Amino acid sequence: MIAHLKVDDTKRKFVMKKTKKDVEETTVSDGSRAINKFRVSDAVMMIIITLLCLTCILPFLHLAAKSISSNSMVLAKQVYFWPKEITFDAYASIFSDGSMVKSMVYSVFVTLLFTLLGMMVCTCAAYPLSKKRIKGRYIFTFLLMFPMYFGAGLIPSYLLMKDLHLLDTMWVLILPLIYSPYNMLIMKTYFQGSIPDSLEESAFLDGASNIQILFKIVLPLSKPILATLSLFYAVGRWNAYADNKYYIKSEGFKMVQYKLSQLVSSASEAQTATLSEASAVTSTPEVLQAACIMFVTIPIICIYPFLQKYFVKGTMIGAVKG
Amino acid sequence: MAKTSNAAAKAVPVNAKLSWSKAFKRDWQLYLMLLFPLAMVFIFNYAAYPGMRMIFFDYKPAKGWDGSEFVGLKIIQKVFTDKDFIKSLSSTLVFNFLDLIVGFPMPIILALMLNELRYPRFKKVTQTILYLPHFLSWVIIGSVAYTMFRPTSGLVNIALTNAGIIDQGIPFLTEKWHWAVSYLLIGVWQAMGWGTIIYLAAITSISGELYEAAMIDGANRWQRMWNITLPGIKGTVVTLLIMNLGRVMGSNFERLDSLYNSQVRDFQYQLAIYIYEKGLQGAKFSQATVVGVFQSVVGLILVIVADKFAKKLGEDGLL
Repeated sequence: MIAHLKVDDTKRKFVMKKTKKDVEETTVSDGSRAINKFRVSDAVMMIIITLLCLTCILPFLHLAAKSISSNSMVLAKQVYFWPKEITFDAYASIFSDGSMVKSMVYSVFVTLLFTLLGMMVCTCAAYPLSKKRIKGRYIFTFLLMFPMYFGAGLIPSYLLMKDLHLLDTMWVLILPLIYSPYNMLIMKTYFQGSIPDSLEESAFLDGASNIQILFKIVLPLSKPILATLSLFYAVGRWNAYADNKYYIKSEGFKMVQYKLSQLVSSASEAQTATLSEASAVTSTPEVLQAACIMFVTIPIICIYPFLQKYFVKGTMIGAVKG
Repeated sequence: MAKTSNAAAKAVPVNAKLSWSKAFKRDWQLYLMLLFPLAMVFIFNYAAYPGMRMIFFDYKPAKGWDGSEFVGLKIIQKVFTDKDFIKSLSSTLVFNFLDLIVGFPMPIILALMLNELRYPRFKKVTQTILYLPHFLSWVIIGSVAYTMFRPTSGLVNIALTNAGIIDQGIPFLTEKWHWAVSYLLIGVWQAMGWGTIIYLAAITSISGELYEAAMIDGANRWQRMWNITLPGIKGTVVTLLIMNLGRVMGSNFERLDSLYNSQVRDFQYQLAIYIYEKGLQGAKFSQATVVGVFQSVVGLILVIVADKFAKKLGEDGLL
């Protein structure tokens, strides 16, 4: 239903734009309407937006340039947005040291497992709760939503993880967060709004069970939202590092983002030094840091343009009931 | 809709008077599914709630609950007279309000501008770029910020010095007043693009006829923006504003942590940092828990009040 509405809206907008143009075309009498239509305010807005976009791109361009420039050029402050005296030494030392690479592989694994389990638990909550007929719907919904508005706080959670013997394991990064009330709400809203009741009823009359209806009808029809929420889960896990800091002590269980944060925090310059010593390649901390930042950023930047549209969809659905 | 629900009533009896045993019999698969999320919530959320009783105990991490003494309100009193707590509470509130003042209008302005852009291709590309910071971890944002703003080797200062505008590097992130501004602007920068989505969606639902009529009446762009678009998204603006006011006691650990350095401790020392340092680093579990519970309780009250308020104004509630 939402999908239909959206199509209507975009169509309407398109029509609206067209009429806008038509009106302007009729009011402009001389022939060069393409130039007349473009006003100063258009130019100003385009400039402002372009500048804002540059603030989002240039820092990364700068870092990328720095990470593949030679030490002397970086120290001489000659590198802006274009690498000078290109060398991949810094990346070579990251790869030869291995700990960052290992950590990256581990992070990818944790993120994938987290996303898979998260989607399972989310579906298990959203599907039953999307059914108006299920008895006890309100109490279950309340139980499942309340933690979003009232958390126990860091220390009680920490003690809980300790009691569950999860401290300093991979699972502490996965299990506590796989159930997300926010994602559940989005999925539930989608199930309620976009899957026609009549479809499920006819299947029900044909003798299909709830599970069969879920797998044969509801999930195949919900691919867009499944994609969106998987991405919410994956990016959420990929970016968060505070729980690493709270719960993890062993190097082997730290995600790459936390490693990076330790690397760049001024207190641990020693670590950067060990990284460059270990590899016997001498990059200055600055170049090495730039390379490390890029190393962690590149995966996101590479997949980002393809994923972005799914996110927008999900946020729109979430916005229906914030 | 009416038709289908009639059919539903025939196929599946409406459950108003259905007994639990019958409900279980009919929908046992659904209840079985629900067990999984419910188990998760109980094990990882509700099971932590009893730990909050720590606010009445002098909890010793080494000795556990058995070795901890019940002290009544002593710890709570201690926290609320603690200078560090007062400091972190006030900087949390000040920075959250500043965030709201600086950060709240930005997505609205940006959405209005994006909406007026004439070239769909340009609009699409710029939107994609503007959303990017939202997808980056605070670690990355923080380390990029340090790379850009370091007093001697940061790009911004190098560029300004080379251009002859300044003689000496500006300590954007290493002096507390400069840091305050940078902290706020980085926050705005991170959230502005993503924040436009919700407003752009609201703008899309404004009827095109209104614009047509206004144009025929000779309204110019600014008049249309002011008299049609803004009133059209008023509901969304109010709801989001109230929602954000409800979060004024919140505190983002990662944002504070990733922009940390020892020179800016005065301002950076906000509630999330207080809890982390006192609790996990200083092993003063009870004190940190008092602050955590305080934050949660105030947060809950604010959300409920905000919800009531929004409903009173005739907007959609949050709950």
